[in-house]
Amino acid sequence: MQRKPLFLQGARDTLPILIGVAPFGMIYGVLAVKAGLAVAAAQGMSVILFAGSAQFMLVQLLGAGTPWFVAVASTFIINLRHALYSASVAPHTQRLSPLWKSLLAYVLVDEVYAVAITNFERSAPRGGQHWYMLGSGLALWAGWQAGTALGIFLGAQIPEGLSLDFTLVVTFIALLVPTLKDRPMLLAALAAGMTAVAANGLPYKIGLLLATLVGIVVGLWSERAWQKPG
Amino acid sequence: MAETWLIILLSGLLTYGIRLSFIALHGRWQPPLVFQRALRYVPPAVLSAIILPEIFLPAGLPDFSPLNPRLLAGILAVLVAWRTRSTLLTIVTGMLGLYLVQWLIR
Repeated sequence: MQRKPLFLQGARDTLPILIGVAPFGMIYGVLAVKAGLAVAAAQGMSVILFAGSAQFMLVQLLGAGTPWFVAVASTFIINLRHALYSASVAPHTQRLSPLWKSLLAYVLVDEVYAVAITNFERSAPRGGQHWYMLGSGLALWAGWQAGTALGIFLGAQIPEGLSLDFTLVVTFIALLVPTLKDRPMLLAALAAGMTAVAANGLPYKIGLLLATLVGIVVGLWSERAWQKPG
Repeated sequence: MAETWLIILLSGLLTYGIRLSFIALHGRWQPPLVFQRALRYVPPAVLSAIILPEIFLPAGLPDFSPLNPRLLAGILAVLVAWRTRSTLLTIVTGMLGLYLVQWLIR
């Protein structure tokens, strides 16, 4: 009954995030083209995977000639955190039809989760809030696809020799630094980074997976080391 | 080319499965706490595990020199990210920093 206003409100509340997400999608598009991906594959990845940092990582892995099973396993690990979003949203979607559930799952990325869960918790008793989440999800989706398309177009115009592969590094630094909120997070990042450098020569490009595991173990271990009473 | 599509499709399917998982379970089961705590470390670990080799092993060859242009530009980007928390500003200054160092040590 109040679907349309809710849908539009969700989209409107996502617009400020789009200002950051669309350029991010554009950089992804440029990098994908520069890594040798075909236009269809670069845009296809944005449609099929629809996941920011995982797409950047995949482009890097594809450019390095990583075997398919390592590339797929790496994406799985980096996107596993979406299971937590899924668990957190689930109580608010349990009465919806399978079609709605499958739609909302498709747009359940970091930004949409953040916008939607706040709204679910605030407005749940009023009902119909899945329309709000769909509005947020489709707005972000459209911005991501448009950013990707523009990046693919630009990537083909920009000449070689501008060290554009380094944009991956600075983009990831911009994403990494805000996550280093406490000592376990910092130690996890350092341990994973050093493992990845040391493990660079390992076969099947397995270094990234190994490094991620080491980072998780070091993070969990240092939590216990520092949070012990006394 | 075919392998690229295979990777995209499989990754997409798995990612979709992860997002659908608990929604499809009707919220009847919640993930164990240790799993939630472990997942907290995935973003910093993965990001750092991609960044450091890109900096210290440009083109696959080790370069641990303090004058490594990627290292200097990377440090600049970390400082900007830390002080401003702005993604766009970090990317722009990091890239300009790299060009500047490359031009200076040429």
